[in-house]
Amino acid sequence: MAPAQAPLLNIEHLTMRFGGLIAIDDLSFAAHRGEITALIGPNGAGKTTVFNCITGFYTPSAGRLALAHSATTTPGAVEALTDSGHRWNETNRGGLYLLERMPDYEITAKAKIARTFQNIRLFTGMTALENLIVAQHNALMRASGWTLLGLIGAPTFKRAEAAAIARARSWLERINLIHRADDPAGDLPYGDQRRLEIARAMCTGPVLLCLDEPAAGLNPKESLELNTLLRTIRDEHRTAILLIEHDMSVVMEISDHVVVLEHGAKIADGTPEEIKNDPAVIAAYLGVEEDEEATAEAALDRVTAKKEQRQ
Amino acid sequence: MTTPAPSTNTATGADTAAEPSAVSRALKDALKTALLVIGLGTPIILIQTHQSGAGVTLEWRFGLLASLAALAFASRLLWLLFIGPRIAARPATSITDKVPPATRVWIKRAALVFVLLYPFIALGLAGKGGAIKWIDNFGIQLLIYVMLGWGLNIVVGLAGLLDLGYVAFYAVGAYSSALLAKTVGLSFWLCLPMAGILAAFWGILLGFPVLRLRGDYLAIVTLAFGEIIRLVLINWVDFTGGYAGISGIPRPTFFGLPFNTSDNGFAAFFGIPFSPLHRLIFLFYLALALALLTNYVTIKLRQLPIGRAWEALREDEIACRSLGIDTVTTKLTAFATGAMFGGFAGAFFAARQGFISPESFIFMESAVILAIVVLGGMGSQIGVAIAAVVMIGGTELLRELDWLKEIFGPSFDPTQYRMLLFGLAMVVMMVWKPRGLISTRAPSISLGEAKAISGSFVKEGHG
Repeated sequence: MAPAQAPLLNIEHLTMRFGGLIAIDDLSFAAHRGEITALIGPNGAGKTTVFNCITGFYTPSAGRLALAHSATTTPGAVEALTDSGHRWNETNRGGLYLLERMPDYEITAKAKIARTFQNIRLFTGMTALENLIVAQHNALMRASGWTLLGLIGAPTFKRAEAAAIARARSWLERINLIHRADDPAGDLPYGDQRRLEIARAMCTGPVLLCLDEPAAGLNPKESLELNTLLRTIRDEHRTAILLIEHDMSVVMEISDHVVVLEHGAKIADGTPEEIKNDPAVIAAYLGVEEDEEATAEAALDRVTAKKEQRQ
Repeated sequence: MTTPAPSTNTATGADTAAEPSAVSRALKDALKTALLVIGLGTPIILIQTHQSGAGVTLEWRFGLLASLAALAFASRLLWLLFIGPRIAARPATSITDKVPPATRVWIKRAALVFVLLYPFIALGLAGKGGAIKWIDNFGIQLLIYVMLGWGLNIVVGLAGLLDLGYVAFYAVGAYSSALLAKTVGLSFWLCLPMAGILAAFWGILLGFPVLRLRGDYLAIVTLAFGEIIRLVLINWVDFTGGYAGISGIPRPTFFGLPFNTSDNGFAAFFGIPFSPLHRLIFLFYLALALALLTNYVTIKLRQLPIGRAWEALREDEIACRSLGIDTVTTKLTAFATGAMFGGFAGAFFAARQGFISPESFIFMESAVILAIVVLGGMGSQIGVAIAAVVMIGGTELLRELDWLKEIFGPSFDPTQYRMLLFGLAMVVMMVWKPRGLISTRAPSISLGEAKAISGSFVKEGHG
C-alpha cells in the first residue's frame, strides 16, 4: 500500500476470546477516509464485539488496530510505534494511535472515534441541548481551566461555552430537533432519539463515527432521512463512518465498502455490488435456520429489486 | 391514643364511599393486616419481661396488642376506602409545577430574608432566654444538616454514587480541625480550609477502591469506610483521645475578638454588655455563610462541564465513556467535592461544640443525611433544604412536646419516638412522593425558557 493511501483505521489480525469462546477470529480489514464502511453479518457474527474492540470497551485478545489521522504517514511508522510501547504518537503531520492499548474514553478524546449504541444510550433526564453539550466535555473542561476559571466566570470559558452552544444548535437544526432543544431526551420519539445520539457523537468532533444499527426500528421515511444525514456527515464533515446494519436498503444504498462477518471471521470484503453477488455471503445469509431464511431472502430480493429499478 | 371502633368505621364506609364488594374486600384486607400485627406483635409486644431479683417475671399485655391490632385494622380500612382512592385520583403534579416562576423567585427571596433576620426574629419573639434554644438547636444545628445534605447531594444526587459513609468526612473535618487547633495552635479560620482539604483528600482515598463498584456494592464499601474511620477514632487513643474525645477546642473569634467577658473581647470592644447570645448569633451567621457558599458553589458547578459530567455519569456511565469523559476523575472529583463540604461542616461543628467524640459520627448520622437527600429529591438544592428543616426541625420539636406527659403520664418521653416517627415519615414520603419533595430536575442550560424535567426521565444512578 502506498503511503499516500494509508487507511484511516487499519485492523490487523484482531482476535477476541471470551474464555473458551472465540468471538472474533483473526479479522483484518480497513476503513478508509471519506468512506462509509458497512459491517454486516448474521446475528451473533461478532459485529458489535468488533465495535467494542475499536472503541476500547473491550481489550482485544490479540491484534493491532491502528488509526492514522493523516493520510500521509511515513512507511513503517505503525511498526515503529508498536515497537516503542507507546499508545500513540502525535506529530505535526497528524496523530497515530494504537487503539488496542488505549482505554475507551481516551479513544474518543484523543484518537477521535465516536460511537452510538445498539440500544440507544442518551442521557434521558437531560435535555437534548445538554446531551450535545456534555459531548463537548473535554474542550469545555480545558476552557474552564479544569473548573477553576469557570467558577470565576472567566471570559475564555464564556466564549468556549458560547461556541459549544452554537455547535449544539447547528446540529439540532440539522437533525430537525431545534424546537425540542429544551425537552428531556427521554421524552423524544424513538427516531428522534436515534438522530440525537448520532448528533451527540458528532459533537465530539470525530474522524471516525461508529454506528451500531442506526436504522433499527426506523420507519422507511426515517430510514431515508438517516441515509441523507449519514451522507452529509461523510461529505461535509469529512468524517468516515463505520456502520453495523441489518437493513440492507441502508447498507447497499450508502456504503462505499462492505465487510461481511460470519462466526467472527471475515467471509467477504468489497463494494456493495461485489458483496451482493458473492456466493459465500449468499450462503451465509441463506444457509441459516428456516425461520430466518425467509427474512434474509426477502432482504436480498428487496435490494436486487431496488437496484434494478434504478438501472 | 383513642382507637376508633372498627364497626362504626365500616358502617360509614359501606353507606357512602364504595360498592359493597369493595367494602368487603377492604374488610378482608384490613382483617389480614390486623392478624399480621397480632402475629408480629406476639413475640415483641405481647410478652414483656421484668427483672425481679434473681428471676424474670413475664407480663402479658393482651390489651396493648389488641388495641394495636384494632388500630391497624381501622387505619388500613381508612386507607383502602378513603385516603388511597383519593391519592390515586389526584393528578401527578409536582409542587414546583403549580408555582409560577415569578412567584418562585419571590418565595426564594422571602425565605432568604427570613433566614438572614432569623436570630433577631427569634430574639424578638422568645426573649433573651428563650432565643438561645431557637438560634442554637433550630438555627445552627439545622444549618449544619442543610450543609451536610447539600454536600452529600453532590455525590448522591448529582453523580448518582450511593454513599452510606458520608459521616466519615464530617468526622475527618471535625477531628482534623480540632487537632490542628489544639496541637499546632492554628486559628479556626486556618483550620476551616485545612479541614476541607483534608476531607477532600480522604474523599479521593475512598474514591479509588470504589471506582469499579456500583450500586449495592458501592453502598456497602462506603458504609464500611464510615465505620473504619469511627473505629480508628475510638481506638487510636493517643491521637484522638478515644471515647473521651477532644475537649477545649478553641472557639472561633470575630476577626480576632473572642466572645468573652475580657477587656479585649467582642462585647467590650463594641461597648455593649456581654451576652452569650453574641457568640450564638455569630455562629449562626457563620453557619449560614458556609451553607450559602456550599449552595452557591454547587449551583455554579452544575452549570460547568464538571457538573454536567457528574449528572451524565448518573444518567449513563457507558455513554459518558463513549463521549471521551474520564469517568475515574469525574467520580473522584464528585467524592472530593462532596467530602470537602462535609469537612467544612465538621470543622464548624467542632468549633461550635468545643468538644467532639466518636459518638457524634455514628452510622445513624450518615443515614439521617442520606434520608434528607432522598426525601428532598435527589439533586434538588431547595428540596434538600426543606427536607433538612422538616426532618431535623421535626425531631427537635419533639423536645417541645412535654405537655403530652399530661395525657400519657409522667414516664412518657416524646423524644424516644424520634426514630419511629422518622421511619413513618420515610414510608409516607415514599408512598406519597417516591422521588422526593422536589422530583423535577432543572436543566443546567437552555436555548429558550428552561422547563423542569419530570423525575420519570431522570435516572437515580447505579453507583
